[in-house]
Amino acid sequence: MLPGWLIVAASFSYLLVLFAVAYFGDRRADQGRSIISNAWTYALSIAVYCTAWTYFGSVGRAASGGIWFLPTYLGPTLAMSLAWLVVLKMIRIARTHRITSIADFVASRYGKSHLLGGLVTIIAVVGTVPYIALQLKAISSGYGLLVGELGALRDGEGAVDSGWWTDGTLYIALTLALFTILFGTRHLDTTERHEGMVAAIAFESVVKLLAFLAVGIYVTFVLYDGFGDLYARAVAEPDLAGVLVFDGTGSIGYGGWFAHVVLAGLAVIFLPRQFQIMVVENVNEQHLRRATWLFPAYLLAINIFVIPIALGGLLHFGRGTVDPDTFVLTLPLAHDQAALALLVFVGGLSAATGMVIVEAIALSTMVCNDLVMPMLLHVRRFGLAARRDLTGLLLGIRRGAIVVVLLLGYLYFRLAGEAYALVSIGLISFAAVAQFAPAVLGGMYWRGGTREGALAGLSAGFAVWAYTLLLPSFAKSGWLARDFLDAGPFGIGLLMPEQLFGLGGIDNVSHALFWSLLANIGCYLGVSLLRAPTGQEASQGTLFVDIFRRGESVPTSFWRAGAEVRELLPLVARFLGERRTRDAFAAYARSHGLSGIDQLKADPELVHFAETLLAGAIGSASARVMVSTVVKEEPLGLDEVMNILDEASQVRAYSHQLEEKSRALEAATAELRAANEQLKELDRLKDDFMSSVTHELRTPLTSIRALSEMMVDDPDIDIDSRQRFLGIIVSETERLSRLVNQVLDLAKIESGHAEWHNTDLDMRELVQHAVETTAQLMRDRGAIVELALPDAVPSLRADRDRLLQVVLNLLSNAAKFVPVPGGKVWVSLGCDGERIRVDVRDNGPGIPPAQQGVVFEKFRQGGDSLSRPQGTGLGLPISRQIVEHFGGRLWLESTPGEGATFSFELPLASAAADQ
Amino acid sequence: MAKKILIADDEPNIVISLEFLMKREGFDVLIANDGDEAVQRIRGDRPDLVLLDVMMPKKSGFEVCQEIKSDPALADIRILMLTAKGRDTEVAKGLALGADAYMTKPFATKELVERVRELLER
Repeated sequence: MLPGWLIVAASFSYLLVLFAVAYFGDRRADQGRSIISNAWTYALSIAVYCTAWTYFGSVGRAASGGIWFLPTYLGPTLAMSLAWLVVLKMIRIARTHRITSIADFVASRYGKSHLLGGLVTIIAVVGTVPYIALQLKAISSGYGLLVGELGALRDGEGAVDSGWWTDGTLYIALTLALFTILFGTRHLDTTERHEGMVAAIAFESVVKLLAFLAVGIYVTFVLYDGFGDLYARAVAEPDLAGVLVFDGTGSIGYGGWFAHVVLAGLAVIFLPRQFQIMVVENVNEQHLRRATWLFPAYLLAINIFVIPIALGGLLHFGRGTVDPDTFVLTLPLAHDQAALALLVFVGGLSAATGMVIVEAIALSTMVCNDLVMPMLLHVRRFGLAARRDLTGLLLGIRRGAIVVVLLLGYLYFRLAGEAYALVSIGLISFAAVAQFAPAVLGGMYWRGGTREGALAGLSAGFAVWAYTLLLPSFAKSGWLARDFLDAGPFGIGLLMPEQLFGLGGIDNVSHALFWSLLANIGCYLGVSLLRAPTGQEASQGTLFVDIFRRGESVPTSFWRAGAEVRELLPLVARFLGERRTRDAFAAYARSHGLSGIDQLKADPELVHFAETLLAGAIGSASARVMVSTVVKEEPLGLDEVMNILDEASQVRAYSHQLEEKSRALEAATAELRAANEQLKELDRLKDDFMSSVTHELRTPLTSIRALSEMMVDDPDIDIDSRQRFLGIIVSETERLSRLVNQVLDLAKIESGHAEWHNTDLDMRELVQHAVETTAQLMRDRGAIVELALPDAVPSLRADRDRLLQVVLNLLSNAAKFVPVPGGKVWVSLGCDGERIRVDVRDNGPGIPPAQQGVVFEKFRQGGDSLSRPQGTGLGLPISRQIVEHFGGRLWLESTPGEGATFSFELPLASAAADQ
Repeated sequence: MAKKILIADDEPNIVISLEFLMKREGFDVLIANDGDEAVQRIRGDRPDLVLLDVMMPKKSGFEVCQEIKSDPALADIRILMLTAKGRDTEVAKGLALGADAYMTKPFATKELVERVRELLER
């Protein structure tokens, strides 16, 4: 047992620390050095999802249903995997349109409708006020436990027995209201961001995690001997073994698991506090990346010890003596660990306060902007317009809303107490906010949704939710007669709230979720399809759906005409305050290259800017009404909106086309440049070829001319020399004619003008013939030819003379390079069924690797100058052209000093053969 | 004393004809079959004049010419370049590298002899 004053002092100290963190955060934000502008803070603040319901309730649910507490955390984990798609888009939309709450989001999407905003606000308030009550109860009963009112709690009634003025819970509620007011409504801001509050929430997430881990470790490792010990003991008791089993087919079935996972996944995005933290308070879209894994990791961490604590509690206290919801506190208390119990209490306090603060801020913004402001605008439009400065009024409304929301929570807590309605409110709350999903998601991805559709969907979903979940919970709490639950209203069995139209066999939450979402989506789609969207809806729809395509530049304005700057500025100033407004307008002027407010032109863009500014403060629907009071002309009709949109998309299309064309031009330029390079290269090759041919022609001519001139000039030359010179002249003339023939031959083949006389030929016969033809040459060189022919090869369709030319060329090359004497040439023929291959190997000097590619180039001969036999340097290039013409290849393998092997292979089925 | 002439060419038949021609004119004839051999011969035998082919293996006539002309000790050796490539750029290149004269193949034997004598009398 702990003295009450100590707990109160600890609680207030904790709140003071929180206050200091928040104050520091706000100070840093004002100085422009935000402490919340990092992904860690952002991800931790999202953990506001884990409330006192998680902190105390998870253990309770685990104690009764085993791992049945998990869907509440699996849902968000799965939802976060989609965050980069959905939440990112919400953040972008909210930032672009200065949207500050989920009610504003829905209202803004469907043509800035007051009615929709109001409806969403009411659903949110009805759905979440009991949830706030749950938090108050958690703090209150935790306090009761610590000061020793164990018995009282077991009976289900805490401090509630005494008068309300002595009830600490009331003061808790008022303290939280004060705290929320201090950090939620310090000033009006067009972005509605609360950096200090976010810093405090992130801090709270750390505290509650550490406290829960502390008690988890204490129970698991101090009271028991680790996980294994705990589980072993639990299995030993038949009563507890069920906690450890995945009982998918049990009380709720797989369908129930699915429904609850979906429910929690929707809740983590659409709960007002989650929207506030994840979307409105987001500083940088990139932070979402880390949050998508860090937040699920947080959920994992805070759930690790849930089952061990539940088992520990059940083992220690047995079933039915102590409420399992309180195990985290009662276990340390039962072992006289007062300090740990106090830490756990502070952890629970932080879980509860975090939720209450954010929820209250989110609800107050919604109540002010979407409920109270529209009413004031309607009822006292002119009175409101007459007042100079409305900032005070706005802040007052919000502060009032916070106090009212918390007092409502307290009231519900007093009324409901331990009743069923309070205990199960977590999931009931989730189901209420899940109703936002069709309107929000539909609005983000479907242009066709209309205001009436959203209204119908939300109303139908809300009504079904109330009928199937809320009313039964009241009945179970004893506030209503249970008859209609068991027999249906007026005895109509089909209308039984928990077995609507005979749908039984699933748990009540899954049942309600199914019917409410069915009604919701059905009405939303059905009614939306009844008529085409109006201009307002179409424009907003396009702005929401295409948010990423537009970028963050100037949003398209749908105001047709301008207003006077001297009217716009005061209008905004009345809601935002003179100084802030002037700052904002001045910044706008600077960003448009103007020196000051005086130079601003009141064009549609400025009107849009003013409307967006106002939207941040009073909600988009009210902002539109206010701006329309000073703008000269009516807002646009559908046709005109469509024109603007068409124009925008046409401009986009044109610019897209232009980009395409300029890309095409660039590509064409590149192609031309490449073609030009290729032509230049070809030209250079041609020059080189001509130069080589010239050289090859002049060289023999030189000897012929010199020798003939000498013989003409000098008749005294002896007969031997004459004979020798004439021999040289004859051989050089032969060389010339050979050269001319081969150049012409090559030119013909290369240009494709060569004539090919294809016949079916037998390569065996061809190779044999070639060897016989060169027999004399080989004999002259003293070389021996070894011929290896298979018995038969398939016939080949090709030009016989050309192929003979190739083989002869290879053979005569070999003859030129073999050593004298001792030369040897091996010729072999082979066929692998697809290709015919001919190898000609010699035992000459071989060809060094550097030269191996060169020998196939024109006018490049192998060997050194002295030993090099006469040749044109065109034989191999021509042979290669011929072989390639028939789809084959000609190549060389050689190791210097060990001879060279020239090989070529030809496909049996050649495409070129029949040409 | 007879002047020494080095014939540097890789075409055997051209070497035969040039050798015969120069010997008939009364010169001592040395022969090199590639660029490297040409440089060795020039350094070792100090010919008075070189008939230098451009397209030779191992070292081109241009490279040989450049090497000789950049060595002051060999500066008085005359170089007459012979080439089968008749382009103007080739001629300009040869002269720029310090060749004393340039003739394209095929040449008139009388002209060649005249040029050789002319260079040697300078």
